[in-house]
Amino acid sequence: MNETTRQRRVDRAFRILTASCALVVIVLMGGILFELLRNSGMSMKEFGFGFLTSDAWNPGAGEFGAASSIFGTVVSTAIAMLLAVPLSLIIAIYLVEVAHPRVSKIVGGGIELLAAVPSIIYGMWGLFVFAALMQEHVQPWLGRWFGFLPLFQGPPMGIGMLTAGLILTLMVLPFITAVTRDVLQMVPPVLKESAHGVGATMWEATRHIALKYGRRGIVGAVFLGFGRALGETMAVTFVIGNSHRISSSLFDAGNTIASSLANEFNEASEPIYLSSLFELALVLFGLTLLFQTLAHFWVSRMQRQEAGSR
Amino acid sequence: MRLRSRTQRKVADRAARVVMVPAALAGIAVLAWILWEVISRGAGALNLDFFTQLPTPPGMEGGGLANAILGTLLMTVLATVIGTPVGLMAGIYLAEFGTTSRLATAVRFTTNLLMGTPSIIVGIFVYALIVLRTGHFSGWAGGVALAILMLPVVLRTTEDMLNLVPDELRESALALGAPRWRATLTVVFRAAKTGLVTGILLAVARVSGETAPLLFTALNSFYWPETISEPTANLTVTIFNYAMSPYADWQQKAWGASLLITVGILIVTVLSRFTLRDRKSRTWSR
Repeated sequence: MNETTRQRRVDRAFRILTASCALVVIVLMGGILFELLRNSGMSMKEFGFGFLTSDAWNPGAGEFGAASSIFGTVVSTAIAMLLAVPLSLIIAIYLVEVAHPRVSKIVGGGIELLAAVPSIIYGMWGLFVFAALMQEHVQPWLGRWFGFLPLFQGPPMGIGMLTAGLILTLMVLPFITAVTRDVLQMVPPVLKESAHGVGATMWEATRHIALKYGRRGIVGAVFLGFGRALGETMAVTFVIGNSHRISSSLFDAGNTIASSLANEFNEASEPIYLSSLFELALVLFGLTLLFQTLAHFWVSRMQRQEAGSR
Repeated sequence: MRLRSRTQRKVADRAARVVMVPAALAGIAVLAWILWEVISRGAGALNLDFFTQLPTPPGMEGGGLANAILGTLLMTVLATVIGTPVGLMAGIYLAEFGTTSRLATAVRFTTNLLMGTPSIIVGIFVYALIVLRTGHFSGWAGGVALAILMLPVVLRTTEDMLNLVPDELRESALALGAPRWRATLTVVFRAAKTGLVTGILLAVARVSGETAPLLFTALNSFYWPETISEPTANLTVTIFNYAMSPYADWQQKAWGASLLITVGILIVTVLSRFTLRDRKSRTWSR
């Protein structure tokens, strides 16, 4: 066997090795889906589709339903996105368009660091610092002025759905801000300069030019934050109160899919209990897959449209 | 666009500016507050015992979290040893071989999905895969869960960094008669070295602060991690358990552990970012 053939064979082997490593990602993804499906089989057989709509959660009686967890996941994520998206956009615009470059560099760096702080740290702060603030000041104030709304009724306990939503807001804020800032920085200066040249104010140039130019990246950033909020576990588990009840008041304790898993998975002694938790995990996994796929196709459709319009 | 008067437009602009500053300040102030609380509450818990002693039984003062520090290091190293080579190789495939192949497109899409998969789902997957099959919690399972979380991050960084290397470099190596694997592992890798190392460091920092994937895999332990085939102590699950306990001493230890984790991760992150930024500023300006 001559040298060239040998080298060619080694090259082929190398190529196959790298391809199989790449394949690992797909195998893992399939494996996750398979294991979740397999282990939730018992719960699926027992409860059927009723699992998704029932808010019963009574481990002693063997009754399980995902409704309260799905409700909590949706509500806490909605609070977080409603607050975090506008706030992140404002901060990102401030950093790129308004702030002095030195201020922008320091503040932007700080925000990037906060994106690296692990979620359990947010949980610690939420439980020991923020919950007290909520209980003593924020919740009584909301109750006094907005108590006529069912959202803000009941005793101020500090922990609960509202606190969880606010902690989630703080967690996704650095993510969305950092990505949006990068997107806005990529806007070609000549576009903004042209806008200013025809007399646009800073706000007009940002709103009509920069935000429009970067909207694909911004949508991506929002979905990134959304995905994190949906599956965030530790920060929420610390402050949500972990109760399987659906309540109209945001002051009440609740739970999310992720927080129920964190709290109960190791305690589930009955097979049906464990299987129900696996099915909860499957629901969360399905939700994140669904939204990520939607985001992927939405962003690539925007890309095609932009390419078409140029 | 609707036509507005000059005054209206100026007012809108001024209003936007007026709203921006307090919003930005509020966001940043809260975030600074979090760091301040971690530092001020955690600093009191850190002493020599914290780094060298085993935990004491509930309610007893003293002791430390040396076993958890060691366990976290062990599992992070294990995750790095498993996750990095696979991620690097897969990244090579995407950047050097596959590029536009159907497999590469599928892998890129799946990598994004895996990156967005909540870490607690990965923990439950590894529980089903390893803990249920072996019948016990173990450091192995914890390391594998962290490795799965590292994989997509390393993969994406590798692809990005290799794509920054100009094709001329590859062509020169191949023209000199180097086989593809050697051109990749010596020439292209060397050119992308800084980026690859910092990318891996960032991934390591990220997983070392993870809690959810360890809850059902490594669990936790009050003892030294003598073998990683049994439940293994680690800092993050300890923070969770101690914070939820009614003992003031344990809660303080949880703050100490929080400070340790935060400082560790922030140091690695800052160093990596500086290196990366430095790199970017002179990216192949020939």
